[in-house]
Amino acid sequence: MAAQTGKVNYIELITNGIIKENTIFKLALSLCPSIAVTNNLKNGVLMGVAVLFVQVMVNITISLMRKIIHPRIRLPIFMLVISGWVTITDMSMAAAVPDVYKQMGLYIQLIVAFASILARAEMFASKNRIAPSMADGIGMGIGFLFALTVISFFRELIGKGSVWGMPIVHTKPLLIMILPAGGFFAVGILMAFFNWIDVKFFKKGASAHH
Amino acid sequence: MSSEFTKLFELIVSASLINNFVFTRFLGLCIFFGVSKKMETAVGMSITFTAVMMISASLSWLIFNYVMVPLDITFLKIIVFIGIVAGLVQASDTIMRKVAPGLYYKLGIYLALISTNCIILAVPLINAGEKYSFIQSLAFGLGSGLGFALALIIMASIREKLELAEVPAPFKGLPMAFVVTGLIALAFTGFSGLITL
Repeated sequence: MAAQTGKVNYIELITNGIIKENTIFKLALSLCPSIAVTNNLKNGVLMGVAVLFVQVMVNITISLMRKIIHPRIRLPIFMLVISGWVTITDMSMAAAVPDVYKQMGLYIQLIVAFASILARAEMFASKNRIAPSMADGIGMGIGFLFALTVISFFRELIGKGSVWGMPIVHTKPLLIMILPAGGFFAVGILMAFFNWIDVKFFKKGASAHH
Repeated sequence: MSSEFTKLFELIVSASLINNFVFTRFLGLCIFFGVSKKMETAVGMSITFTAVMMISASLSWLIFNYVMVPLDITFLKIIVFIGIVAGLVQASDTIMRKVAPGLYYKLGIYLALISTNCIILAVPLINAGEKYSFIQSLAFGLGSGLGFALALIIMASIREKLELAEVPAPFKGLPMAFVVTGLIALAFTGFSGLITL
């Protein structure tokens, strides 16, 4: 975290969240929505965008306030900031996309309990200037969006034979993938796949989990 | 009266089995995977969790219906509920340490974890959304707590055996836990349609 001194490598900050510390596949944090809302691509992408927005805005806000927050009460303040932005997202989505909101409103509200957002506020935004914090938020958010997109793409393709509601495959779909159980399978298999890539191509040895 | 009682019973069964938070609503997964490695921690977590759940469900119901509804500030429910949960966890942490140090030594660590659990926040939100009565909110909290306990204990007993199994290398650890959870979730879909509320 060399953000305080010298030049900041924004590209590295952004890719860090997408690849090296991908919230879902690598850190295994904030798993709840990755299964709950990903039975079709549209929901997955919208959820990812909502998280991206909250993460970036929280990082900016915390970074702006970092000099006036007393360290001993920082966690309650962080929670207040996060829940404020989540409320804004929640109300905007309820107004803008009511039909999608009906299915996933609860999960949007629960963004507030995401460990990943609080973790970035605590570990990064509270110690860095605005621009790097924003880059970090964008990276983390895009990493999350990417993971949700991949999961929901495969689940919709296999479970319904369609992509973004448009039918692609015309054979009988494997219904289990859009059921709750399929979500667990999809995440498990994708995680194993990313572990395999890690070991096969990057020779980093054991996986990041545990 | 008896129909009221039936309704409560249905609420508990539905919250714990049919709409089990872990297997059909996917909430509380971080903790679920975190503490289900050993039976002992799973049981400790289940007890603490159910107790905190009941208290937070009733407390947030009272605040929602007697403070927030009259003042017309229900749109602040996310902020208020998370404040209640965090405050409650902190308070019970302090009280337990003073009053029952033995119990605190055993269960204290789970208390800290609970504040990051999304179920504990989801239950007050659902209670408020569905406009449950006070007793119904309590029943829903109890059902959710029991459902989470059931999920944890099933998973812990499987994972203790899984430690000894030969799992393909990329699947070691979490990925395998996910696939196992998927299989349990598949079994739980058998409960759907048991009761129609």
